[in-house]
Amino acid sequence: MTFWEYLSSRHQQLLTDAYQHASAVFQCMVVATLIGVLIAVATYRSDWAGGLATTATSTVLTIPSLAMIGLLIPVVGLGVPPTVTALTLYGLLPIVRNAIVGLRGVDPSLVDAARGIGMSRLARLLRVELPLAWPPILTGIRVATQMLMGIAAIAAYASGPGLGNEIFRGISSLGSANALNQVLAGTLGIIVLALLFDAAYVLIGRLTIPRGIRV
Amino acid sequence: MSESSAGGATIELENLSKLYPGSPRPAVDNVSMEIKAGETVIFVGPSGCGKSTTLKMINRLIEPTGGRIRIGGEDVTDIDPVKLRRKIGYAIQSAGLFPHMTVAQNIALVPRMTGWSTGRTRDRVEELLDLVGLDPGEFRGRYPRQLSGGQQQRVGVARALAADPPVLLMDEPFGAVDPITRDHLQDELIRLQRELHKTIVFVTHDFDEAIKLGDRIAVLRERSHIAQFDTPEAILTNPADDFVSGFVGAGAALKRLNLTRVRDVEITDYPTVTVDDPLQTIFNRLRSSGTNEILLLDRRGRPYKWLRRGDLMRAKGSLARAGTLVHDTVTRDATLRDALEAVLTDSSGRAAVTGRRGEYTGVVDMETLMNSVHELLEADRLEAMEHQHDLAETRAAQTHAEQEGASGGTTA
Repeated sequence: MTFWEYLSSRHQQLLTDAYQHASAVFQCMVVATLIGVLIAVATYRSDWAGGLATTATSTVLTIPSLAMIGLLIPVVGLGVPPTVTALTLYGLLPIVRNAIVGLRGVDPSLVDAARGIGMSRLARLLRVELPLAWPPILTGIRVATQMLMGIAAIAAYASGPGLGNEIFRGISSLGSANALNQVLAGTLGIIVLALLFDAAYVLIGRLTIPRGIRV
Repeated sequence: MSESSAGGATIELENLSKLYPGSPRPAVDNVSMEIKAGETVIFVGPSGCGKSTTLKMINRLIEPTGGRIRIGGEDVTDIDPVKLRRKIGYAIQSAGLFPHMTVAQNIALVPRMTGWSTGRTRDRVEELLDLVGLDPGEFRGRYPRQLSGGQQQRVGVARALAADPPVLLMDEPFGAVDPITRDHLQDELIRLQRELHKTIVFVTHDFDEAIKLGDRIAVLRERSHIAQFDTPEAILTNPADDFVSGFVGAGAALKRLNLTRVRDVEITDYPTVTVDDPLQTIFNRLRSSGTNEILLLDRRGRPYKWLRRGDLMRAKGSLARAGTLVHDTVTRDATLRDALEAVLTDSSGRAAVTGRRGEYTGVVDMETLMNSVHELLEADRLEAMEHQHDLAETRAAQTHAEQEGASGGTTA
């Protein structure tokens, strides 16, 4: 069976896997973005807290993803929970780091001006600091998404959803007729998804970064 | 268009101090000062003298560690700083406009925070842009980076004035713009202040700027100690000590020219013609006027060229080629120094005075300027002598009292 024949015979299954893969990554990214920005907002004004947040999240990143999921199985069980937990944790680092850098990069004289005209702490954060830090945060989200696309494939190890299942099935039956096709389909599927997400981020950037600070 | 109403409010600083933790000496030490409503007071002093810190304590961007602040009689030392700042306009160096908001959004910030309706805010933005000399239609939707430094600063002032606060704090607002633009902005501020009568506290390290803008100047030395707090005239002619005279610098007589404006001296009328007048009229006017020269105005009434007798002949009757272009004009708000500059550079030895839209209103010449300056200096000299006389008298009285006291007291 050629690769094309394989694709056309299995497209139903592949599309379901791809959809689940994308949906898992997307949902984890939303959660990671919320948590990541919150962590950054809570820590960026203090040197040590910001450093701690960056170090902690980068430590998470050094744990091999297979080991992380393996370690999570006894805690949260099989399937979706370990996948979501692992993906969210991995997604944090680029977001936290970029958000801290972005928030710290806001011109102090602008913050001074915002205070001076009578903006409250919350108003300063929501109307001045976060909008100005948004471009680096969005870059962090983009990097995190690319990373999660690959890591999500490992989730199949814990019976999680996604295109990883194709790859694992192929690897475990190496030598059989469709093994290579399965691995190839899963891998290419992930690449295509990653490119689609990236295109979406470019569009989001165009729509959400105010014209005044767009480069 | 609604006429903005709120005039100024008094500001009283009472033993105001700021001691940063871990520093042995206070950054601002026991400053007391009364600023009248509608007055422009300039804090001037060397870098690091605490003038900015003192200013920022008025809207409590820096919390004082001692003393009280009263604005319009109300003690604001302990009220919510966010509410306080909405009632105090604040303009800073390089404007501090938010780059992700349009000009209109920047200006609308404070009115929106204080709960103005959308319609009222929109009208106010238009009014303010007009007030600072920017065309609302053109500038409303622009982003700060699409503006020049001077335009940004104008928007900064408009934002500070947005909710019509009685008090305006300006922290070296014109420090980052080029000298020509700074000059324009200063003139604009003077014009604005004449319309609005806010209480303005303005920080600068440029003494010339202080002289030009201030009703009163507070010369500050280190830790914000007031070396002298008086009118510009008094500081120029009668510096309190060596520190102040050192700060005033050389050329006090020339600086005195900065204190008087063209509107205060005699502006003479001058024969004019416009470019649309037929040549015959121009000839007649030249002949009938007692002067050697007449001023040619363009279609919008702005000074265009100086025409001498014979110029038209030499140019074979072509207005486009005849005469010399008017290089420099001054407004009625310009200082005598600017006027002198213009008179010296203009080939005709006089300078045309223009109104708000650049239209001709009159002429100043060397003679007028010289006379005015002589009168001014003479008046200042008399005043200074009187002042010295008073001082001498007080001192004499003091010495007398001391001697009396000494003779009446212990026998040393």
